[in-house]
Amino acid sequence: MTVEVPIRSHDASTEAILPKAQFDLIPFILVLGLMGFAWLAIGSASSWLTLTVAGLTMGLIIFVIASGLTLVFGLMDVLNFGHGVFIALGAFVATSVMTYAGQAGMGGVVSLFIAMLIAMAAAAAVGWVFERLIIRPVYGLHLKQILITMGGMIIGEELIKLTWGPLQIALPLPEALRGSWLIAEAAIEKYRLLASIIGLLVFGALTLTLTRTKLGLLIRAGVQDRSMVEALGYRINRLFVAVFVAGSALAGLGGVLWGFYQQSVTAQIGTQVNVLIFIVIIIGGLGSTLGCFIGALLVGLMANYAGFLEPKIALFSNIAVMVAILLWRPQGLYPVSDR
Amino acid sequence: MYNPVCKPVYKPLIRLCGVHTHIGAYHILHGIDFEIPEGEVTVLLGRNGAGKTTTLRSMMGLCPASEGKIFFRDTAMEAMPTAEIARLGIAYVPESMGIFSDLTVQENMLLAARQARRAQDLDPERLNWIFSLFPALRKFWLFPAGKLSGGQKQMLAIARAMIEPRVLILIDEPSKGLAPSMVNNLIEALLALKAQRTSLLLVEQNFRMASALGDRVAVMDDGRIVFRGAMADLAADESLQQRLLGLSLGGHGS
Repeated sequence: MTVEVPIRSHDASTEAILPKAQFDLIPFILVLGLMGFAWLAIGSASSWLTLTVAGLTMGLIIFVIASGLTLVFGLMDVLNFGHGVFIALGAFVATSVMTYAGQAGMGGVVSLFIAMLIAMAAAAAVGWVFERLIIRPVYGLHLKQILITMGGMIIGEELIKLTWGPLQIALPLPEALRGSWLIAEAAIEKYRLLASIIGLLVFGALTLTLTRTKLGLLIRAGVQDRSMVEALGYRINRLFVAVFVAGSALAGLGGVLWGFYQQSVTAQIGTQVNVLIFIVIIIGGLGSTLGCFIGALLVGLMANYAGFLEPKIALFSNIAVMVAILLWRPQGLYPVSDR
Repeated sequence: MYNPVCKPVYKPLIRLCGVHTHIGAYHILHGIDFEIPEGEVTVLLGRNGAGKTTTLRSMMGLCPASEGKIFFRDTAMEAMPTAEIARLGIAYVPESMGIFSDLTVQENMLLAARQARRAQDLDPERLNWIFSLFPALRKFWLFPAGKLSGGQKQMLAIARAMIEPRVLILIDEPSKGLAPSMVNNLIEALLALKAQRTSLLLVEQNFRMASALGDRVAVMDDGRIVFRGAMADLAADESLQQRLLGLSLGGHGS
């Protein structure tokens, strides 16, 4: 006997009784609204376009960095304040790779991609060690997690200074990616476009993994109720290590992108970005990848618009966004149920 | 220490010997001796706070026993991680049902079928059987499980335990908060499982459901087993029922 697994609900009446999970578009509208508001406030189309592209790029880079952190938090309730160290590591590995590549006479875009891959591998390896040594002993103990991961971050920063020196290191873009295109009188930097494409690819790949694979299903289920996932026979600790390592690799990639975005790298890069990524994952709803994506775009856009319109408020504009969103949706833009 | 309970004449599926469980500073289980025979329905009765849920959670390794032994056939499982216990073929339906509300009914079922990677891998015969018992699940197959009603969620929770052949299913208060018609539906489904000789351990406060399904019964109070025997004996012996009802079932008996 066989039965077809219903892949579509045909019964129209059931849809009347139980609406399909309506996709919540309001956060998307919020992003568009912010862009529209900025359009009115800035007044010049070309400035607006340049700032918007810069903001979206910054947002997408922050998303790459923060996506791993939100899953790590969602899955295991682990507050990892040491995430920034993987960003710094990625960026510094990129400076070394670019220097070697330059000496080997390989200065093109290829070297940038090689730098990304090596940075991801290095951050993943360090992430694995970080999880074993620092995170594992403090599962379930929030206060200790905060203290020990911050301690881990300080040690990491010092080790980076020991390896690469305490001074700022320039990270110039390969020749081919310098400069910008003029589109409708707005200057669009080539690198920003590339970084945006990479950010979108990461978002696409993460979304596909989370929604179309069993692994993703397990991660989403684990974020909601990890003991039930265990009771169904899955070893969630291994899944967590995998997510942690992948998240660290993404932070390493984000570090490279961020380093090239700033065109210089300091050991404090992680600490600087840490504040932004925590704002982003709180705005998005802890554990939510889509929320993290929208939150990152909001923060990136806001930083650029505010920096242009009123540099004085740029310093706290992101905190203001967070406060406003939490007053409206206290659990973030896309709250994960059952948490 | 010689403990006669731990030397049973027949081979039970699960055997708890002197199990003590602490949750934080609280001592919840005070030396539970108890066994689950294979292929039968064992009902665990007792008032709220007697330790029934903790007994189940200790068996699943979710609240690991601090003392004592738990055997699955001849394997000691008290120190096994939860995932390993589940892989022995033990399914757990918690009182909270443990439904992943952001996931669809299909995705919930897919997770419960550990071998299946995609919906197409689900065993069609079992699925058909489940749909015949719980038609609502077919209807709402692609809906987020969080949108189901309480009764439908309970059906999904039990269906998850049925999607693969299991040796033992632990079910915590399935009838809680359900309408009487829903309870009948549930009894039917559990009888279907029983007919397949799946061993069940049922925590239940509804005596009608307990007596309709149970072969064996154990009554708990204050973290201890205070009565063990055949369900038929308890159902027939009114004075015993009275004593245990007064002790454990409160106003729930009927």
